[in-house]
Parts: sequence; structure tokens; C-alpha cells
Amino acid sequence: MATVVKPPGAPAVKTGKLRAWFYKRFPIEEFISDQLVGYFAPKNFNFWYFFGVLSVVALALQLFTGIFLTMFYKPGEATSFDSVEYIMREVDWGWLIRYLHSTGASAFFVIVYLHMYRALLYGSYKTPRELLWVIGMLVYLTLMAEAFLGYVLPWGNMSYWAAQVIVNLFGTIPGIGPGLVEWIRGDYGIADATLNRFFALHVVAVPLGLLLLVLLHLVALRRTGSSNPDGIEIKERLGPDGKPLDGIPFHPYYTVKDTVGVGVFFVLLAIVVFFVPTLGGYFLEHANFEQADPFSTPPEITPSWYFTPYYAILRAVPNQRLGALLLLLAVLAYLFLPWLDRSPVKSMRYRGWLSRAFLALFTVSFLGLMYAGLNPPQGVYVMIGRICTVGYFLYFVLMPFYTNPRFDRVKPVPERLRYHAHH
Amino acid sequence: MTASGVIDADALADESRRHFLLAATVATGATGVALAAAPFIASWNPSERTRALGAPTEFNVAKLEPGALAQTLWRKQPIYIVRRTPEMIASLANHDSRLKDPQSRDSEQPAYAVNATRSRNPEYLVLIGTCTHLGCLPKPRFDLARAELGADWPGGFACPCHGSRFDLAGRVFDGSPASLNLRVPPYSFADAHKLVIGVDEQTGAA
Repeated sequence: MATVVKPPGAPAVKTGKLRAWFYKRFPIEEFISDQLVGYFAPKNFNFWYFFGVLSVVALALQLFTGIFLTMFYKPGEATSFDSVEYIMREVDWGWLIRYLHSTGASAFFVIVYLHMYRALLYGSYKTPRELLWVIGMLVYLTLMAEAFLGYVLPWGNMSYWAAQVIVNLFGTIPGIGPGLVEWIRGDYGIADATLNRFFALHVVAVPLGLLLLVLLHLVALRRTGSSNPDGIEIKERLGPDGKPLDGIPFHPYYTVKDTVGVGVFFVLLAIVVFFVPTLGGYFLEHANFEQADPFSTPPEITPSWYFTPYYAILRAVPNQRLGALLLLLAVLAYLFLPWLDRSPVKSMRYRGWLSRAFLALFTVSFLGLMYAGLNPPQGVYVMIGRICTVGYFLYFVLMPFYTNPRFDRVKPVPERLRYHAHH
Repeated sequence: MTASGVIDADALADESRRHFLLAATVATGATGVALAAAPFIASWNPSERTRALGAPTEFNVAKLEPGALAQTLWRKQPIYIVRRTPEMIASLANHDSRLKDPQSRDSEQPAYAVNATRSRNPEYLVLIGTCTHLGCLPKPRFDLARAELGADWPGGFACPCHGSRFDLAGRVFDGSPASLNLRVPPYSFADAHKLVIGVDEQTGAA
């Protein structure tokens, strides 16, 4: 038996020789005891709480498949489109790697949207988790940039025109706009220079930022702990051993539960990848199977489904600058939720009908905008877009009023979590 | 020094001197970072080769039929050239009240295109074909009263992306998300039929 110098307060360590050698040089035991076995999570997590861990799985999937795509993809006006076709037709299993990456991107957004909606449902963004929420929103914004940059790389016609439209959004900034657009493109139009810098950003710069932000998100989570469907702080009810009465160790309880969720996720992912990889044009748009053509705008330009709500807001406004400004506000509005929400109660379970009605309004508006954004900018779709834009912003602007307990009759929150054990 | 021989740093410290040195160090460092960032930021500008390839483009309008549209590329941007019929030119005067900028006061064009037809020669309309909203290509819709554009459609361009509409001088209609008329590039005629895009007497080779 080797002897180990045990720092004060460190956990008891089984002293195998190799283990002891590592323990002296690396705090792996502390990591397990502090962050996994000794990290307590509320015991009443439900379905909605799968999406945190699933977003980490989706990120890992994108990094892994992306590294392999980089081995075959050649950025450049003359080579990009052909190299993607080469991956699809001639690289062994290349189609699988690419479809995993393209479907993985949509899956990532499904997961992140459900993860965010969970926070709206149970007030996870409220004190003391404001910073956790803000960092999470920065992850979301970075993910949007990453998705847009990746969308341009296949250099299909939709890639080209999406890049044209999105980069031109920067041109609406008063004064510096036109110069800024030329600087971003590195040419007088979307061109080789643009494609190459987008490649560098997509595979190196933005993923590094994304990883850093996800790490910060998890660090902030370790300070506050997870919220839960009842919106009760488990740290306020400690047992005689100093551990939360309503908490259970993250490992093994939630690691095992999450493993099941990850399994189900991969089954669903496989169904899409193997049977409907383009999902009828929603996950991979048909216009993108033609090469970029600066002489031909596709008959209908719609972005990927996960951007369409904001795109519909942009189109709803018959003024260029105001449209771009509303788009920006729509994306940034979430950042302010912790300070707009005045309710003394976190979870919708204990809020009054006003809060619930406005969350329903937001849900309908968001889905309505998504629908409008997927359709041509004519007739009834413009109308749906305008009505839903109003609904979307009312959710945020009126929040300080409808969450005020003078108007929204909240129910008493129980002392302990509501929890029914399964037998 | 105290009696015990330990230096009391706080007693010796000159706070204002410390503060000055700290501020000076931070300022010098920040200046260095800003200067070091400049080359990296400048690397994103159009390169020398890109600028050289932005040279003027020539186009022969002799074979363009009246009422027809031709496209060419200048600086990676599609250029629309329309040979307008006398009816098309006459129709431009009839819908000023439905336009956002009928006199082209706010829009971007050379001085010789600030007129009722937005052109040097009313017969030839020369436009940069990218929508002033977000850069899609408005489609030519020259026939009158098209079903989806309304009974009073006087002919012009309609953008498929966000629904902006322009008349046969590239002027934007009310209700469009675009706020400005389609841009007119600098251009000149080297002879009766040779149109040169990117060069005029004011700018030289633009």
C-alpha cells in the first residue's frame, strides 16, 4: 500500500499504486466527489430536463462529424460544391457523416429550443440563475452564427443567397453599414474570399467560443444548482447531514436516467438520417442542390427552419432599418427576461392565468412566425407574420405588468418538492 | 522598517504614484493591442487582386431588343440593362404618388441619373440588380397588371425574397421593405452602342 498525503478536507481515497500516483498530481477524485457524486440535483426532474445533457451530446456530435467533413471538404468558389458532392458520392460512408452533421444541426436547434422553453415554463432564468441564463443565451447566439456560417459552406444556390441576405443585414447600420458589408465579404459581392473566411470561422473560431461558453454555462450551473418544475430551491431545505433533502446525487441517478434519453435521441436521429435526411426540404433545402449562381435568386428564399421566426419578423416590417432592428431586438429580448419577470413565483405551476395566457401567446406567436417565415412573403403569410410579431413582442414588453402579483394571482408554493416515487 | 524587521509595504506605498503607473501600463498595453489588431482587421478588406478584378465591364447594347432585359456582371454584382420602349418611358410619369423616393433624392446613383428616367439616355436603363433591401435579385415583371402584383401594376421588378417592388426606372413602390431605389452604377457610352460599366467622366475608372 502506497501512502498518500491527503489534503485537508479531501475525500478518502482508495490507495492503489497507480491511482495514488495520479491523485498526487491531478485532482480527479475531487472532481468526481464535488461535481458528480457530491453534486445534488432536485429529485423531481421531468421530461424537460433531458435537453441540457442532450445539447452537450449534440455539440459533441457536431464537433466529431465536423472534423471528419473537414478532411474532405475544400473551401473555395471552384471547389466547395464539388467537394460536398464528392463526400456524398465517393467517400466511403461520406453520406452518413454529412447527413449526421446536417441533421445534427437541426437536432441541436430542436434541443436548444426545448431547453430554452423549459426555462420559460419553470422560471429557470429567475434569481439566482440570471447569469446562467445570460450565458446560455450567448451560447444560443453563438450557435446561430455557427449554423449560418456552416449553411454557406456547401456553396449551393441557397447558401449563396442566404449569405447575401444575412451579410447585407449589416448594411442597414447607419453610417458604417456599406463599408462594413464590404469588409465582411472581402469582395464586392459574396465570393471566394467570403467563403474561405466563413470556413475558418465555422471550423475554428466559433466552435472554440462555443466550447468556452458552454463551459462557463456549466460553471455557473455548479454555483446555483439546477432549478426544477416546482421552482423551489432545494438548497434551502437541508437534512442533518447538510445535504439537500429533496436532492439526489447527479451520479449515478441522473447519469443513468440521461443515458436512456441519449439512447432515445440517437434512435430518433437515426430515423431522420436514414429515411428522411432532407426532411422534405426543411433540414436540407432543395434549392441548395444547385451550385451558387449570382445571376439567379431561387424563386423563394427561406432560411433554415430554426431561423424562420426571426426572418418572418424582418419581412413583416415594410421598412428596411426598422425590420432589421426588430429582428435584432427579437433575438436579444430573451437576455432581459430575468429582469422583466416580476413574479414572486418561478414555476408556471404556481402562477396565475395571466402569466400562463401570455406564455401561450408567445408559444403561438413563435410557431406562427415559424410558419409565416417558411412561406412566400405574400398575402395571408404577411398578415400572419405581422400579427405574430405583435404577439411575440407583447410577451416581453408587457411582462413587468402581467407578472406583477397585483394582477397575476399566484398560488402558494409548497415547502418541499412535489414528488411521487415510482414503484 | 518596524522594530521586528518586517517591511510594512502599505506604509511605504505612494498610492498616487502606484495609480499613475498602473494607468500608464494599462494605456500602453491597450495601445499595443489596438495597433497589433489593425493588420488582422485590414486583412479582411478586398485584396489587391480583388480590387484589380473590379475593373470596368463593357457591354454591346446594339443587339438588345426594345423592351428586353440583359444582364452582365460587374464587381460580382449583376447589372441589369433594359432597353425601354417609348410606352415604358411614358408610363414612368404616372405613378409618382405610389413611390417612396420618386425624385431619387435619398437613393444612390451618379448625378446624371437623378432625373425622371434615372438614366443618361432614357432608352437605356442601367441598374445594379441587387435589391436595396437585402441584396436578392428582383425579377423582371415587365407585363402590365400581373395577377399577383395587382391590377394597377405598371411593369417593373419584384423581389422574390421579401416582396419589394420597383418600377421601370428602379424606383421603389410604397409598401416595400426596401426603402431606397435600385442603385445605378457609374457608366458611360464609349460610342453609340458600347456601354462601359464602372467608368464615367466624373470618377474615371471607378
